[in-house]
Amino acid sequence: MLLKLAYRNLIGAKLRTVLNVGVLSLTYVLIIWHQGLFSGMYRQATRDVIKDEIAGGQYWHKNYDPYDVLSLDEGHGSVPQELKPLIAKKKALPILIRQANLYSKGRVQSVLIKGIDPGQKILDIPTAKLDSGKDILPVMVGKIMARKNSLKLGDSVTIRWRDAYGTFDAVEGEIVEIMNTNVPTIDNGQIWLPLERLRKMTGLTNQATIIVVGKEVVGEKDLSDWQFRNQDFLLKDVSDVVKSKRTASAIMYLVLLFLIMLAIFDTQVLSIFRRRKEIGTLMALGMTRLKVILLFTIEGTLNGILGIGVAAIYGTPVLIYTANTGIPLPQAMEEYGFALKVRMFPVYSAWLITGTVLIVMLTVTIVSYLPSRRISGLKPTEALKGKIG
Amino acid sequence: MPLVKLEKVFKHFPIGGGNFTALKDINLGFEKGEFSGIIGPSGSGKTTLLNIIGSLDTPSEGSAVVLGEPVEKLTEKQAAKLRSKYMGFIFQTYNLLPVYTVYENVEFPLLILKMSEEEIRKKVLAALEWVHLTDKINSRPSQLSGGECQRVAVARAIVKQPELVLADEPTANLDAENSYHILDTMVNLNKELKTTFIFATHDDKVIRYLKRKVHLVDGKVVKDEVVSSQ
Ligand SMILES: Nc1ncnc2c1ncn2[C@@H]1O[C@H](COP(=O)(O)OP(=O)(O)OP(=O)(O)O)[C@@H](O)[C@H]1O
Ligand SMILES: [Mg+2]
Repeated sequence: MLLKLAYRNLIGAKLRTVLNVGVLSLTYVLIIWHQGLFSGMYRQATRDVIKDEIAGGQYWHKNYDPYDVLSLDEGHGSVPQELKPLIAKKKALPILIRQANLYSKGRVQSVLIKGIDPGQKILDIPTAKLDSGKDILPVMVGKIMARKNSLKLGDSVTIRWRDAYGTFDAVEGEIVEIMNTNVPTIDNGQIWLPLERLRKMTGLTNQATIIVVGKEVVGEKDLSDWQFRNQDFLLKDVSDVVKSKRTASAIMYLVLLFLIMLAIFDTQVLSIFRRRKEIGTLMALGMTRLKVILLFTIEGTLNGILGIGVAAIYGTPVLIYTANTGIPLPQAMEEYGFALKVRMFPVYSAWLITGTVLIVMLTVTIVSYLPSRRISGLKPTEALKGKIG
Repeated sequence: MPLVKLEKVFKHFPIGGGNFTALKDINLGFEKGEFSGIIGPSGSGKTTLLNIIGSLDTPSEGSAVVLGEPVEKLTEKQAAKLRSKYMGFIFQTYNLLPVYTVYENVEFPLLILKMSEEEIRKKVLAALEWVHLTDKINSRPSQLSGGECQRVAVARAIVKQPELVLADEPTANLDAENSYHILDTMVNLNKELKTTFIFATHDDKVIRYLKRKVHLVDGKVVKDEVVSSQ
């Protein structure tokens, strides 16, 4: 009964209802869309990072610290005996990381050299191209690296590094591949060489900095000089970035939620103020105060429910369309520091949708109820006079 | 037993530091089927008295027993139930629900009583028949004249065939023609359905129709006259 009456009142309020329901539906759609974007971003980034960089996890030499370039001097060691069978079966992949200077087109910059087995199958990057068969040192770079230094296929570069005895040495190399990866941490400021060539150049025979294990390998444990870093550990950077972006965007929802709160609260306060006489009439006709309060609360809350309906009407196609065709991202997004495709595919989970609806509905219900409570102090005789007390 | 029985009723309103006594020692009874009015000048306490009878307010002293219930002892919920079941109200300013249609306004008291859809429809149409408004069923109050609005209000008051209809200055905003129309309708209802009417008014047009006139001056009953009917 109350629902019917509340619905009538709401429809009767025309413009105000249209505005409230409009803002509410927009809030649903924006929150779900935006959060879905972050979920998609996270899913995509982790998928690409796993595919191109971390596979089933990595052993790190105990002195290796990716945040400290100086650690690279000491951060290497002989491949441990325990992993040799896995490496032989191509289920583990040693990578040697060294510091160097790269000279190209009259410019010099400090880079990391990563030595990798060209025949590896664990990471989804085109290392096979490093198997050039030529005498000249084959060099592979990522697309960000190539763009920043305007490197093209066939360009020659000079690499200068310090050998095992601390003396500088230099070699000429040729760009044989520009890999199309979405993972900046294997791209930006890095060049890739065949592992054995790098080992020879640096005199670090049989040495590695990290050892990547295949996805199918399970139950890895720390070895004496090598610590095993699992996927969760290695993905922490990605999830931290996404989390921080998420937090920043949460401010937008707070603003939107606040807007709703204001709109509904204002509507409620105003209608209780203006409809005083009506409230008195309802009481005279035999409605209890509690019922009147309930009626006004339902009226406010119905805005939220109508909002869901309207949001579903125009939001569903938008959400489905963006989930299927993706959203093009500006190139600048690469600078986020983690894997991103040029197209983002948002992911809308049932949790996201129900959670959003629940939060918004809860907000709407509370701000509908709070002003309505004032009715409990209203005498029917006073209300009927329509006076403001 | 009378429908309404007031004994030694006083009503005080707090004003500034002290009290203003709006009703002084009211002793009155109203029987079923009466067509009576409380009449008196402005500020004499008519509305205050009608509100107490309507269980919208309580006496400060004394007792008001309405339809067997002591108004001063009822909880808010019990009073609401008493009103919804047995009373109809008509106000000077019509007090229709503005966003509802004529039909929905008249339907309202029945929705509170929770009746079947079919029964509601029958009663609403019958009530609109009484006030000759069947052609305006889907209009909204803003599209009606004052007289039509008050006829809707009358229909709303009588749709559940209450024991008691309380009308506070029902004609104050109406011209003569509309006033007589409304009054004729109410007289007919009183005759055919034995509905009890109590008015609060100082309008001569209404007073002419009354069968009993309770004169109120400064919160006191100064005269209680029954008009002999022929
Ligand atoms: N809530 C209140 N607080 C204080 N005084 C009140 C209150 N309600 C009524 N009064 C006073 O009680 C007296 C009677 O008021 P009431 O409304 O019953 O008069 P009335 O006979 O209906 O007058 P009118 O013909 O103008 O409607 C008035 O003097 C009024 O000022
Ligand atoms: Mg009055």
